[in-house]
Amino acid sequence: MSDPAGQLKGHIRVDGLTRGFLGPDAQPVSVIEDLSVEFEPGLLNVVMGQSGCGKSTLAYLLAGYLAPDAGSMTIDRRPITGPGEDRIMVFQETALWPWMSVTNNVIFGPLVRNAISRQEAKVRAEELLERFGLIDFKDKYPGQLSGGMKRRAEIAQALINSPDIMILDEPFRGLDVMTRELLQEYYLKLFEDSRLSTLFITSELEEALFLADRIYVMAEPPDNITSVIEIDLPRPRTIDVTTTTQYLKLKQEAMHHLYAGLEVSA
Amino acid sequence: MTKAALMKRLSPSRIRWRGVTSVIAFFVLWHLAVVLGVSGISELPTPVETLATFFGEYIADNDYWQSWAVSFQRVLAGFIIAQLLGIPLGLVFGTNRRFREMFFPVFELMRPIPPLAWVPVSILFWPTNESSIIFITFIGAFFVIVINVYDGVRSIRNEHMWLAQSLGASRLSIFRRIMLPSVIPSIAVGMTLGIAITWNVVIAAEMISSDSGLGRMTWEGYVSSTPEVVLIGMISIGLAGYLSSVVVEWIERRMMPWKETR
Repeated sequence: MSDPAGQLKGHIRVDGLTRGFLGPDAQPVSVIEDLSVEFEPGLLNVVMGQSGCGKSTLAYLLAGYLAPDAGSMTIDRRPITGPGEDRIMVFQETALWPWMSVTNNVIFGPLVRNAISRQEAKVRAEELLERFGLIDFKDKYPGQLSGGMKRRAEIAQALINSPDIMILDEPFRGLDVMTRELLQEYYLKLFEDSRLSTLFITSELEEALFLADRIYVMAEPPDNITSVIEIDLPRPRTIDVTTTTQYLKLKQEAMHHLYAGLEVSA
Repeated sequence: MTKAALMKRLSPSRIRWRGVTSVIAFFVLWHLAVVLGVSGISELPTPVETLATFFGEYIADNDYWQSWAVSFQRVLAGFIIAQLLGIPLGLVFGTNRRFREMFFPVFELMRPIPPLAWVPVSILFWPTNESSIIFITFIGAFFVIVINVYDGVRSIRNEHMWLAQSLGASRLSIFRRIMLPSVIPSIAVGMTLGIAITWNVVIAAEMISSDSGLGRMTWEGYVSSTPEVVLIGMISIGLAGYLSSVVVEWIERRMMPWKETR
């Protein structure tokens, strides 16, 4: 899965990244401190950690919504200076604009950049919506969709821009278990068909194991990335992979990394 | 469940009947209170007498309908000017920090002043009585609208702006296609509150300083000791306010088609 020819897009390098906030008593609190990490392209990289460990902040920094206090971030050697259509984010809570129909949400990107004509954009949007099982809902408003449908619409909204990287920030949080598994399989299929470089943020170990090529375990500063686990489960994967001994072995290893250093107090 | 039973359960007619019953009950209780001599109320005419006066002397009376028209014009003028100036000001407060820091404190000092406290200044300042009444009506809606729009801009979700930035939208298209629609629900709240306040204010202003309108008519009924006129005036004001709210709600629904279909 390496990329000797350097053909794949979406190689993220982070060097000495630091970002803090003003805490409750006006003291600066760093959320990310001197973080250096590399996310190889063409992989489904999962960043996993407890809530509050700074993984969303890392996603916002890479998306260009927050500016770092120190350090550098590059994608394919280009420095990240702000938001850009080379990396599209799918947010924890839906970011679909409620006043636009599903189709208008999807074609917003190409239209606003004058990339293609409205007609062309609509054709491409309908292809995507067809593929995601949303074609019957193309003229509905987001408020009329279920949680799972909203997520699929958001992925379509991102894909129409042919990004180099997808950044998904706990995208399936808050959905019921069945919808969640379905969407995980959706995204897996999408990834396995396209090898679209992905940074997937989650706090759930099962989700991470099922999806990832690599899991980056993240903890609060000053630790940041504490370990990187290679998930060499075969692809294409289906939910059945979660019952194999190889999966269980990886799960055990991951749990070992996760709980290392954490003391359980009764 | 049979289809008929479902239709019956979902049919709105039951609720409408409750509304009609409550309005009828109100008039019956009023009538009884007058006839049975409940203290204070016994001085008033019965609804039957009031209606008799209304149909006998008012329904075909040009002056009466003129009062409606005059009050409506004032409300409409004050309300529309308040929207035209208030929405942009709220947007600028929400988007331009320097402007906000310079002018918001003054705005906040003026906001608690009740519209009627503006009456003397307004009469001195504006050349005609009419313009000063419209100004006071305008004041009533203006502050509510500005504060709602400003609040609407502040509560735009970060994700909604960020996503547009990621997709390569220019500042202008973010303003037009993300910020403005985000603020529409707040504009609607400002409209609902604003129309109610303009009716409050216009009636009081007419009582103080006008020789026309529904407020003036009601006041004249009091001065000339004809309680039927007072009651006809009050009911007319209530109806006028209700009609305005219905129209405003209709406009609001057209402004937010995505809220209709849940």
